[in-house]
Amino acid sequence: MVTKEKSADTKARAPSVEVVPPGDPRDRGGPAQPMFMVRDLKKHFPVRGGALNRTVAKVLAVDGVSFEVVKGETLGIVGESGCGKSTLARLLMHLIDITDGELIFDGEEVGVRNGIAMRDFRKAAQMVFQDSYSSLNPRLPVEDSIAYGPRVHGMSKKEAKNLARELLGKVGLRPEVFGPRYPHELSGGQKQRVNIARALAMSPRLVILDEAVSALDKSVEAQVLNLLRHLKRHFNLTYVFISHDLNVVQYISDRVLVMYLGEVVEIGPVDEIYAKPKHPYTRALLKSRLSMDPDERMDEAPITGDPPNPINPPSGCRFHTRCQFAETLCKTVAPKLPEGARPSDHVTACHMYNQTAGHSLFGKVPPAFETPVAEPASSARVAAKA
Amino acid sequence: MLNYILRRVAYAIPISLGVTIFCFALVYLAPGDPLTRLLPDDATAETIALIKAAYGFDKPIPIQYLNWLGRALTGDLGQSIQTNRAVADEVLIALGNTIIISTAAVILAFTLAFVMGTVAAYYNGGVADRVATSVSVLGVSIPNYWFGIVLIIIFAVNLRWLPATGMGPGGSEGFSIWEWSSVKFAILPVLTMAMVPIGIIMRSTRSAVSEVLSQDFVQTLRAKGMGEAAVLRHAVRNALPGVLAVMGLQFGYLMGGSILIETIFTWPGTGSLLNQAILNRDIPVLQGTILVLALIFVMTNLAVDILQTAVDPRIKRG
Amino acid sequence: MSNATTSVPSGLDAGGLDQLSPDVRSYWQMVGFRLRHDPVTLFFGAVILFVILAAIFAPLIAPKDPTLTSMIDRLKPIGYKDYLLGTDELGRDMTSRLIWGARSSLLMGLMPVVFALLIGGALGVIAGYVGGKTNMVIMRIMDVFYAFPSILLAVAISGAMGGGMLNGLISLTIVFIPPMCRIAETATTQVRGLDFVEAARATGGGTGSIIVTHILGNVLAPVFVYASGMVSVSILLASGLSFLGLGVAPPTPDWGLMLSTLRQAIYMNPIVCALPGVAILITSLSFNMVSDGLRQAMDVKL
Ligand code: SF4
Repeated sequence: MVTKEKSADTKARAPSVEVVPPGDPRDRGGPAQPMFMVRDLKKHFPVRGGALNRTVAKVLAVDGVSFEVVKGETLGIVGESGCGKSTLARLLMHLIDITDGELIFDGEEVGVRNGIAMRDFRKAAQMVFQDSYSSLNPRLPVEDSIAYGPRVHGMSKKEAKNLARELLGKVGLRPEVFGPRYPHELSGGQKQRVNIARALAMSPRLVILDEAVSALDKSVEAQVLNLLRHLKRHFNLTYVFISHDLNVVQYISDRVLVMYLGEVVEIGPVDEIYAKPKHPYTRALLKSRLSMDPDERMDEAPITGDPPNPINPPSGCRFHTRCQFAETLCKTVAPKLPEGARPSDHVTACHMYNQTAGHSLFGKVPPAFETPVAEPASSARVAAKA
Repeated sequence: MLNYILRRVAYAIPISLGVTIFCFALVYLAPGDPLTRLLPDDATAETIALIKAAYGFDKPIPIQYLNWLGRALTGDLGQSIQTNRAVADEVLIALGNTIIISTAAVILAFTLAFVMGTVAAYYNGGVADRVATSVSVLGVSIPNYWFGIVLIIIFAVNLRWLPATGMGPGGSEGFSIWEWSSVKFAILPVLTMAMVPIGIIMRSTRSAVSEVLSQDFVQTLRAKGMGEAAVLRHAVRNALPGVLAVMGLQFGYLMGGSILIETIFTWPGTGSLLNQAILNRDIPVLQGTILVLALIFVMTNLAVDILQTAVDPRIKRG
Repeated sequence: MSNATTSVPSGLDAGGLDQLSPDVRSYWQMVGFRLRHDPVTLFFGAVILFVILAAIFAPLIAPKDPTLTSMIDRLKPIGYKDYLLGTDELGRDMTSRLIWGARSSLLMGLMPVVFALLIGGALGVIAGYVGGKTNMVIMRIMDVFYAFPSILLAVAISGAMGGGMLNGLISLTIVFIPPMCRIAETATTQVRGLDFVEAARATGGGTGSIIVTHILGNVLAPVFVYASGMVSVSILLASGLSFLGLGVAPPTPDWGLMLSTLRQAIYMNPIVCALPGVAILITSLSFNMVSDGLRQAMDVKL
């Protein structure tokens, strides 16, 4: 099933995003067909209250999100906590019902009658969860947790167990030692390796990693990140990597998508986004990252105020309450991502970058940073040493 | 908070309706023709026809239920097969007698248990704590009606200090809580009844007080030279609302669960009424008494919840 | 019901895990390990075992026929002739009746809890896992039964259906279904939201398979602890029903029924009259203590 591609250990991050995995029998749509297409995806959670417990409002957790995941790439998704990243991950996995929108997996729609069979989708797309405390069943030995998926898909007990052990080896855990252990006997990093093995047990093509390394210590984080990059090549995977940690996203991603209050505000190749961020929110995020470094700590807070409430998001551009460039226009008209953009394009949903919108700063947007951000991410440094 | 109270009240309505459905269904749980369950054995053809029409046994069950509910809402719970008196009247008289002993029992239990629980929490792990813990385990393990029998054996049979059973010569009407000649009849039932809530209230007092005592700010207060008495007063004041709520719930339990104790002491309350109804297979009385007791229980819980929210609005509930 | 706070058996916190032998590692092995090192629970467990053995081997142990009456030897005191614990109001041997009585008491203590555990537990797990309308319907119905103090509910159902052991069993089972259901529902709702259940769904596990593999194992502990505490309540309620004439029918020896029939004799032979209550107290106390021990032993956060 899996192409054992042992290519030279060069950097997997290709400058071009049109990375096409070499011949994979599971590939249906061909190289040009995106692995995953997300169109106008929405998820609204009802808020109940009042004496009769009626629905009084809704949380617009994910509100009209569209993007594509190219085969073989790693798409990073960043944003503050509460911006809808985790909801998006669960929507992509079809773990919660979508309110509106379309999900197309390798040319076939997900969750509709004529689309891809749920059974096939469940094998092809897998997820790695963040919380290492609740992501493994505390009552099962970890090898049983890994074997559960294949068992559900009809593999015999013995086969599934062998597979689980083989995968434990692949994620760097000695099978005989760790297989029969219970989650509470494992460290955070080991648990996360088991989580990865569990996802791989389905031989997926797409893996969604939701804050997969966020709970780990820095050194462990680097090891797991390297493991992920290695596995990606080894198993010919496509990643959607969700994180609030800009350094980690920079290190692992080919392209980056920035979310704010349930919407996509900017998307593009990683180097461009990090070197020349467009959207004021992305700039603020990147600035705040720099400010973590004590030498460059700034006096003023990079983003003022708390993120607005997703129950009643601001009108017009959702960022206008915190944006230093906001104009009257921004309060009334919602900026859109330009249509027809290719995955390799760097685009943003901000009036300042839209000629027709009429923002006074169009074309004279101040440069994002005085000095270009050439400094490599900290985990990349650690990883390089490792 | 107002929203919460409204929602809580709104929530009690379907529960109460469910309770009425359950009580209505009791007649159908009883083996045999429900009609015969509602009639005295020597009923004349006339009465049979009357009851039949009144209950509408020829109509579909939902209609029967609505009719029954309508009558119950206007205070007509039917007639006792045994005495031919209105069930509502019998329940009302009995209810008063049950309230006397359950109120006294709850007050007694609360007073004893609160003091013991506080002492146990203060001397955490000490002798007092162990005694209190044992008493509370005993309280929930003991068959309380048996405890009543033991009390009778000791105080009525051997020592002859107190009467064993009944409510005194005057019965319900002659009973006065201000006269020893009446009160002495209530002492053993109240003692017996208090046994279970003592254990439960003590346990919640102990945990509430020791929780306050273990908090950091108590250490700070101590370090700042606050006296032990003041520390304890502070802890007690914080623990009190929660414990009072437990006491309220226990009152509801006692009211509804008095059947065994009242049977032992032949105390003429709702419990004895139920026991009589069971012995005589007097379903209307059984049905009416249970309906009233269950509704009281629902109301007590509701009142406790609302009061607790009013006293301590920080408690946030679904 | 039982929440007595005795001190937790000596510190087996997460840090102490490393010192355990390598074969003590699954949750249940941990629980077993802690129980084996808890003398109080072991003692009361032994008492329960003793009562159970007495019930099973009653025909072999009991010195006399428990239903054999004797007009001459009525209400004899403890130690009279060869009546070790005296005789009852019909001259039957108290020792034999107490031994035989363990049968119905245990049966009525355990069976309703077991049935309620199965029915209520299943309902609760379904309500908790499926959620939504199903949850609402199931839990609202349970709430109605919660509107009755337990003894009142038992008396209502038994009273309407009439006495007898089967009816008593049914009514007690109904009494315990709502609390079991609620415990199971709460536990399931908590577990359902955890990532490993999502992960199982993400691998395509069906509802049934997920419940069996991932939910039950995690819901079992709290439900089981709660159920163990209910055994003592069930014994007390069952004996109460018998006492009211709503349980086991005479002449079957039953502790509650014995208390009831001996009640008339308290002026003549008070000690003997109190004996069945002692038997009930010991049994129910033992179950309470064991339940407490179980709860503490199972309170391992893994
Ligand atoms: S659209 Fe306006 S408010 Fe929004 S980010 Fe751009 S400049 Fe700021």
